[in-house]
Parts: sequence; C-alpha cells; structure tokens
Amino acid sequence: MILILGNKVERSVLELIGKAINLSEKSGMKVGVFLIGGRELENAERLLDYGVDQVFVVSDERLERFVSDVYLRVSERIIKDMDPEIILSPADTFGRSLMPMIAAKLETGLTADCTELDFDEKGNFLQTRPAIGGNIMATIVIPYHKPKMATVRPRTFNIAKEIGRKKGAKLEFLKIPDEYFESNVRLLSFKEKRDEVNIQEADVIVAAGKGLRRKENMEIVRELAGLVGGAVGASRAIVDAKWISHDHQVGLSGKTVKPKVYIAAGISGAVQHIAGMQTSEMIIAINKDKFAPIFKVADIGIVADAKSTLEEIIRRLRSR
Amino acid sequence: MNIIVLVKQVPDTDKVKIDPESGTMVREGFEAVMNTFDLHALELALRIKEMVGGSVRVISMGPPNTEDILREALALGADRATLVSDRIFAGSDTLATSLVLKRAIERYEFDLILAGEKATDGETGQVGPEVGAMMNLPVITYVSKLLDIKKDSLIVERSVEDGLEEWEVRLPALLTVSRSVSEPRFPTLSGKKRALKMDIETLGFSDLGLKADQVGLRGSPTRVVKVFNVSVTRKADMYEGKRVSEGIDRVVEILRRFSR
Ligand SMILES: Cc1cc2nc3c(=O)[nH]c(=O)nc-3n(C[C@H](O)[C@H](O)[C@H](O)COP(=O)(O)OP(=O)(O)OC[C@H]3O[C@@H](n4cnc5c(N)ncnc54)[C@H](O)[C@@H]3O)c2cc1C
Ligand SMILES: Nc1ncnc2c1ncn2[C@@H]1O[C@H](COP(=O)(O)O)[C@@H](O)[C@H]1O
Repeated sequence: MILILGNKVERSVLELIGKAINLSEKSGMKVGVFLIGGRELENAERLLDYGVDQVFVVSDERLERFVSDVYLRVSERIIKDMDPEIILSPADTFGRSLMPMIAAKLETGLTADCTELDFDEKGNFLQTRPAIGGNIMATIVIPYHKPKMATVRPRTFNIAKEIGRKKGAKLEFLKIPDEYFESNVRLLSFKEKRDEVNIQEADVIVAAGKGLRRKENMEIVRELAGLVGGAVGASRAIVDAKWISHDHQVGLSGKTVKPKVYIAAGISGAVQHIAGMQTSEMIIAINKDKFAPIFKVADIGIVADAKSTLEEIIRRLRSR
Repeated sequence: MNIIVLVKQVPDTDKVKIDPESGTMVREGFEAVMNTFDLHALELALRIKEMVGGSVRVISMGPPNTEDILREALALGADRATLVSDRIFAGSDTLATSLVLKRAIERYEFDLILAGEKATDGETGQVGPEVGAMMNLPVITYVSKLLDIKKDSLIVERSVEDGLEEWEVRLPALLTVSRSVSEPRFPTLSGKKRALKMDIETLGFSDLGLKADQVGLRGSPTRVVKVFNVSVTRKADMYEGKRVSEGIDRVVEILRRFSR
C-alpha cells in the first residue's frame, strides 16, 4: 500500500492522492490515506471520491494542533498495523516534523522535499529532489527498508481527479485509547496569523527582485498585484534586504508556486529561484539584462527597466 | 541548565558556483562554515546559560576539519566541544547520522538539546526530529522564540503556516530552531584566543558501541542513484528596444482577464 499521511483535508493531501493513484496504476499497490488531527477531520469522507482504497482517520479535539509525542505514538501504532510499502506526506511543518520522527522509530529511510516520484522498470521507487543548494537534482532509492518514506512540497503535483468511489473503498474513524494522549508538551495558546499572505493560492503573482532597486518601489509591485487580485512574490535577495517578509519568498528556501501567471520583475533567475516557480502556467520576465537566466524559463520576456515597465502596465490596465 | 547544541559544518552555499555547462560544482573559494541555523541555536543556548547558569556543549559529526566550527563555537562562548569523527561514518544519511549523534549525546548529562531547523546544504531538517524520537524526548520543531524558562520546563513559541503556537515542553527535551530565536553575537579576540587553547573531545566509532552496519553507507537506508542537471527551457517571445511597448500590451492583455 501507498499511504498518505496528513493532518488536514486540503490541497496538499489531494495532490499526493493524485500522485499515489498514478503510482498505483504502475505498481498495482493500493492507496490509503491516514489523517490525524482535530475535529474538522470529521469531513474526511469526501476523500473517497478521489478513488482511494482506504481512509483512516484519528480525529480528536486534543489533536487540534501538532502535539508531537502523541501524534508520533498514534501514527507509529497505526502505520505498524497497516504495514505500508510507501508513505508520502506534504513537506510542510507537519510532514517535516512527524515523518522524520516516524522514520527514526521504524528505522527506515526518508527523502525530504521530493519534486518527482516514480517507479523504474525493476520496480524501484525513485525519489527525486533538489540537492546542493538546488543546483542539481538527485534521485534517491531506499533499496532494503520498508516503508520507504518521502515528503513532497505542496504545489508540486496536480490535484487528484474526482473519479468517484472505488468498489469496496472504506472510511474508518479509529478510536484511540486515553493513555495514548499522555504528553510532555502542552499547548498554551494559538494565534492565527493575520494579514496572511498565501502566495500559493494566488492566480497571479507579481514577484520582485533586486532589479527593482529600492524598497519604496515595492509599492508599485503591490499596486499591480492588487489590481489583478494577485499576490506579491519575492526573490531571496529582497527578503534578505528586508524589503518584504519571508512569507513572500519563492524558491528553494521559500515556497513553490504554480500560478496562472507569474511576473518576475528584476529577478535574475538563479536556479534556487527557478526551482520554486518554473511550473507556473505562464511566466513573464522583465529584466534589463537580455542575458538574464530568467528569460530561459519565460514565455514572454521584456528587456527593460522593471520599475517603469510595471508602472506602464498599471497605467494601461487602468485606462481601458 | 546543561545544554547540548548540535552543529553541522556545511559548504558556504552562497559561494558555491555551478558550471552551467557541466552542472558540476566549481570548487574554487569553496569554504566550510557552521550552518547558519546552528549559529542561532548556539546563541540561544548561550543566552539561556547567561540567564540561569549551566553549561553549553557543542557536538558535531564530520571529518577532522569540522574542528574549525567547533573552535568557532568555543570562541563564541561554548564551554565544551565534542567532535565525532571516523572514516567509517562517511556517507551516513540522516538516520545513520542521528544514531551516531544519539550515542554521542548519551555520554553526557543534559537538560536540553538544540538543533537547527535544517542545514543549508541538504535542507532536509531531519536530524533534529530523528535524534529526538530515537531518544524518546519531547520534540518541538520550528521554534521561533523562547518565552520563558521554568523549573523543569520551557515555554516556547512555534511558528507554523497558519499562525503562532505557544507550547510548554517538559525537560529534558529537544528543540529545532529557526533563525528568529536569536541574533548571533560576534566572537571576541579574547574568545578566539581562549578557544585555541581548549580541548576538543574526540569520539570515534569504537567509543559509541555501535555495529559497523549501523553507520556510514551501510547504515543508511537511502542511496543516491543518479545526479543530474535540470534545464527547463521555454522559448520566450522577447521584446526589446522599440518593441517593449508591444510586449507591455501583450502583458496587459493577459492581465485584463484577472483585473477587478
Ligand atoms: C541554498 C540556497 C537557497 C536559496 N534559496 C532561494 C530562494 O528560495 N529564492 C530565491 O529567490 N533565491 C534563493 N537563493 C538565492 C539565489 O541564488 C539568488 O541569489 C537570488 O534569487 C537573487 O535574487 P535577485 O534575482 O532578486 O537578485 P540579483 O541576482 O541581484 O538579480 C537582480 C536582477 O535584476 C536585474 N536588474 C538590475 N537592475 C534592473 C532594472 N533597473 N530593471 C530591471 N532589471 C534590473 C539584473 O540584471 C539582475 O538580473 C538561494 C541560494 C542558496 C545558496
Ligand atoms: N553531522 C552533524 N553533526 C551535528 N549536528 C548535525 C549533523 N547533521 C545535522 N545536524 C543537526 O541537525 C540539524 C538539521 O540538519 P539536516 O537534517 O542535515 O538538515 C542541523 O541544523 C544540526 O543542528
């Protein structure tokens, strides 16, 4: 079985289901989902519509947030029962915390932040991820251990299709004995992030780089993003320069994004940046250097000053 | 409080240059430095020590020249350093590394272990949680701030996608920290001098009571089977000089679909 481990019924889990179904067609393995989290998981039934074989849910108000030791104890137990061949989880703060703890307990291998998963003709499970600061890709296998574990960055794969319920597919809510809830960590409070910038949700991203020259010019970037109902993205150079917060960073050490339109204004196109945006549907690059590497991944390239080009775009958009 | 900080030597990735033709690393100017996140972890440890007393030990597994970053840690104010080094450890993945570190840590008394959220070379961020799980310690990952020190617990802030959590964690525990936990200090000249004279304890394979098939390549479940270059290329329609205005028109055309 290919097991997907998640804590929410959300996009990142649906993306993994999509990939797992695809892998199951190649290998004949079943696809299972195991979700652990708070009460909102009571809506997990809809996952059956995506053609998975089994959905197991542990939903408890005491598990609203990531209680590390309890999550580990429960997951370890359930994974041992299910005995999956492969475990996949989103490479978010949940997956990147719980998966290594499980791997340590089960004494198996885990590959972080995969961007491609496949089987070769001999049936080896190939896990590919960026290596050496994103400068190259490495393919990794786990030949002798089980389960083979991998985390995958959200927005790497497409969402599963609603192919409908499989015959015999089942959903099970698991009851966990009280002693499993004993913990050495205690949640004191939770503050939701306000003005939450989720660049991963936007259809249009206007991303800025050092070529915008000055922090003040970020206003122009914001204005354009606002006009098209989009979000502001950033290169690491301007995040390091404190023009904008890290939440906006696109790339290897930022977020992976896949908008309908990505505008890179004054961004050189370092491999680490490209790693986070190359699968965007349409890429528009503005750079005054016509040899800037960003043009190699662009659909439309404008060789010009970034600031004045954005201003001109705004002007023409306004005067329709 | 006795604190152990796990520090890792990494290539200075900002200086690594890649030959665009062959896709290989250009080794020139290739320098090894302490992983940035670990520098922040060390600073947090030093602050805690300054507040409540105790000691700070840095531990690193790596080749002999890892000594440099351990001396750097001593210069910054760590009290003791342990270098875990043996040729047989070469090729260890995160599982094998974590097991070796666990065995080294077990030789000392501690209340708290700190690790970086991730290392800037592999960016796996697995060693911290793996060590914690192997040692059955409570683990809090993505710690963004230390809020309070109690008698046998800590109160920390954890930063996740949708907000900020506040946790009380019973000691002994393991935390993985992000950059915002502290602003690292700079080493002083007297600190550097002092560090040169200090002993670094060195542990090898035979000190850890492990079997040869638990470490190095043999103890590593993962294997790299292929390394390759990615070159995604799209064919851009380029607009230069007089044609820039035409390009802007096309962009405006596309954006109109989204404009409000
Ligand atoms: C381990 C590692 C992880 C990294 N992770 C990321 C990451 O997640 N995201 C990321 O973005 N980077 C990341 N980087 C950094 C990356 O290598 C680059 O340094 C960074 O992306 C450069 O940002 P930039 O393009 O804004 O700046 P620069 O490289 O300084 O480029 C500025 C560009 O603007 C152009 N320009 C200058 N003036 C103008 C003008 N007036 N009008 C138009 N164009 C102009 C220049 O021609 C140039 O192409 C990482 C690096 C490492 C080593
Ligand atoms: N060889 C090592 N020696 C000591 N600490 C390490 C080593 N490798 C990883 N760590 C610790 O684990 C953290 C995460 O590293 P990584 O899992 O390699 O991304 C680092 O920030 C260090 O605190």
